[in-house]
Amino acid sequence: MIPLLRHIFRTGILTEPELPVTDGPQREVERLHDELLGILGRALTIREVDAGSCNACELEVHAMNNPYYNLEGRGIKFVASPRHADMLLVSGPVTKNMENALLRAYECTPDPKLVVAIGDCGCDAGVFGKSYASCGSVSDVVPVDVRVPGCPPTPLAMMQGILAAVRRAK
Amino acid sequence: MQLCAFQAIAFNRQPGIGAPVWRGRASSGGELHDFALAAKEVGARITAIWGTDCRAQGPGFRLHCVFGIEAGHAWVSLDLPAEAPSYPDLADIFTAANRMQRATRDMVGIGIDGGDQRPWLRHGGWPADWYPLRHDAGDVPEFANRPTDYDFVKVGGEGAHEIPVGPIHAGIIEPGHFRFSVVGERVLRLEQRLGYQHKGVEKLFIGADIARGAQLVGRVSGDSACAYAWAYADAVEAACETAAPPRALALRALMLERERVANHLGDLGALGNDAAFAFGLTHYLRLKEDWVRLNARLFGHRFLFDRIVPGGVACDIDAAGLAAIVEQCGAIETAVRELRELYDEHPGLQDRFVTTGIIDSDLVRELSLSGMAARATGMLLDGRAHRQGYTPPPPYTGLGVRPATDERGDVAARVAVRFDEIFESLRLLRLLAVDIPGGAVRVEVAPVANGAGLGVIEGWRGEVAVGVELDGAGRLARVHPHDPSWQAWLALEFAVLRDIVPDFPLINKSFNLSYSGVDL
Repeated sequence: MIPLLRHIFRTGILTEPELPVTDGPQREVERLHDELLGILGRALTIREVDAGSCNACELEVHAMNNPYYNLEGRGIKFVASPRHADMLLVSGPVTKNMENALLRAYECTPDPKLVVAIGDCGCDAGVFGKSYASCGSVSDVVPVDVRVPGCPPTPLAMMQGILAAVRRAK
Repeated sequence: MQLCAFQAIAFNRQPGIGAPVWRGRASSGGELHDFALAAKEVGARITAIWGTDCRAQGPGFRLHCVFGIEAGHAWVSLDLPAEAPSYPDLADIFTAANRMQRATRDMVGIGIDGGDQRPWLRHGGWPADWYPLRHDAGDVPEFANRPTDYDFVKVGGEGAHEIPVGPIHAGIIEPGHFRFSVVGERVLRLEQRLGYQHKGVEKLFIGADIARGAQLVGRVSGDSACAYAWAYADAVEAACETAAPPRALALRALMLERERVANHLGDLGALGNDAAFAFGLTHYLRLKEDWVRLNARLFGHRFLFDRIVPGGVACDIDAAGLAAIVEQCGAIETAVRELRELYDEHPGLQDRFVTTGIIDSDLVRELSLSGMAARATGMLLDGRAHRQGYTPPPPYTGLGVRPATDERGDVAARVAVRFDEIFESLRLLRLLAVDIPGGAVRVEVAPVANGAGLGVIEGWRGEVAVGVELDGAGRLARVHPHDPSWQAWLALEFAVLRDIVPDFPLINKSFNLSYSGVDL
């Protein structure tokens, strides 16, 4: 236990404002957090749906929860069920084999709901396009509020996308 | 070259400097079946199976089977008639052939004589008699996309019931369906149904140029972008009889090892988290973020997409960049050694890891498994390392890679192998960085009409193989990317059998397989 606590203590809190701001995205992250909290005034819950991605978008969604971006530390939480979610964060392209599952997840999300499409494939079907196996972008299957392009989009870009969607909803 | 006791097929070594590949042709389905039998006898693995529509060139269809052998890989092709093409079921010899054969049937319409006839990649989005990879397929017919039933193997008996999971899972992860048959909490059977990520990648390659192919292949499984891009580059270079310059090879290895470390770091954190040790996730994800930020600074992309291209690499590195890599390796090594000690000495964590999700080396051989999970049962199989009768391709030839192994075969073993592989990759990164050759980083690749090649790269999960065939105009006639997860998904079905349902997420994460890589 002692080595564990020592490690935690030595690492410190990487998202704290008083830490020296040397990394570019760091200040931006704080600003985003404050604004998100300011607008929402409460927690935001997100259900991530991978509707056909290459899995790189999911790597970046995971990164949003690392201590540098610390999304969950500011009350923005990923939940297991769409029934508990305010927002769907959907990566694409939406495959034919996932079309029904995405539609059901959308229907299960209580109103008012927000949908953020992430990645070039989620925004406009990207390198995969529309085909016998791909319905295309997320908006070809469910209504989309905000698009976050990138291959994959950076964690920061996705946080800005989430903020933009929340702003629109207010 | 004779590869096993079965001598009817003559093999020739593929040109180029990539991993050693021997090409041969079977004259009949029976001959292919006999070769597969003889290969199994000497311990070969089935690496990949795919089919090509060659009717425009004459012979009809062509079936490709790649076997992993002691000396490298044997690529056996079989010409099939244009009418009702089929071949003998190989799944009775190699279990892992089952799903690959079904995918080949769904995609190209090459039938299997006997064996499992259930669809694999086709769920309900297009008709059963419409084959996407046939050149005369045309546009997909108007078809209602209704969810279809799948004929799961049923487990009977008193108290036995099923737990369906997915396609959308509880976590932030790719979609797939798991059907557990359980009694109480004990898992009696797990059967997977995949294909939800099927986005038609293979069809997009047909008729594309080599550069577009590189862009697509790097997005087959995003966490293995470097491994795929390198395997594709090797295949194209073999087909076009050219080779990337030495500096490019060193840079490719640098990126591949960085990809390996990044994924192991993320998974080690997630493994801690799945055993309710959130500390692990926080600290490993922090290290991973540092790691990918340096990727972005030095190479312009956090996951190194589109950096490895046929002919070489699309970026270079200066002395300051190399110094930054060496410095970061030192920092990460110190941090990971400390964190490993915390994992090793945490009783709660070890209680979950040890004896959970066991597979043994017999099963690994039976399922043709390669890579990290195979090495965690004591198998000394690593495409980057020397072994009896096998010389790894440059730049690994001179690096003396030491494969990490562990004999236990459980989650703890896969954790241990990941730790050891991180340290080995850090050692390789330092070697590569201080001794990088000078010169060009890219040569022009002139497409060779009707050329063909196979590239195999030891990615962080295992063997990534990419087969490339060019057409008469030097464009891509067919590309088949193959993920090691094809084999490892089967191993996962066995790994859960002695455990309870709540252990599944942990066991699953210890493999962390690709859905997109097998669904294509």
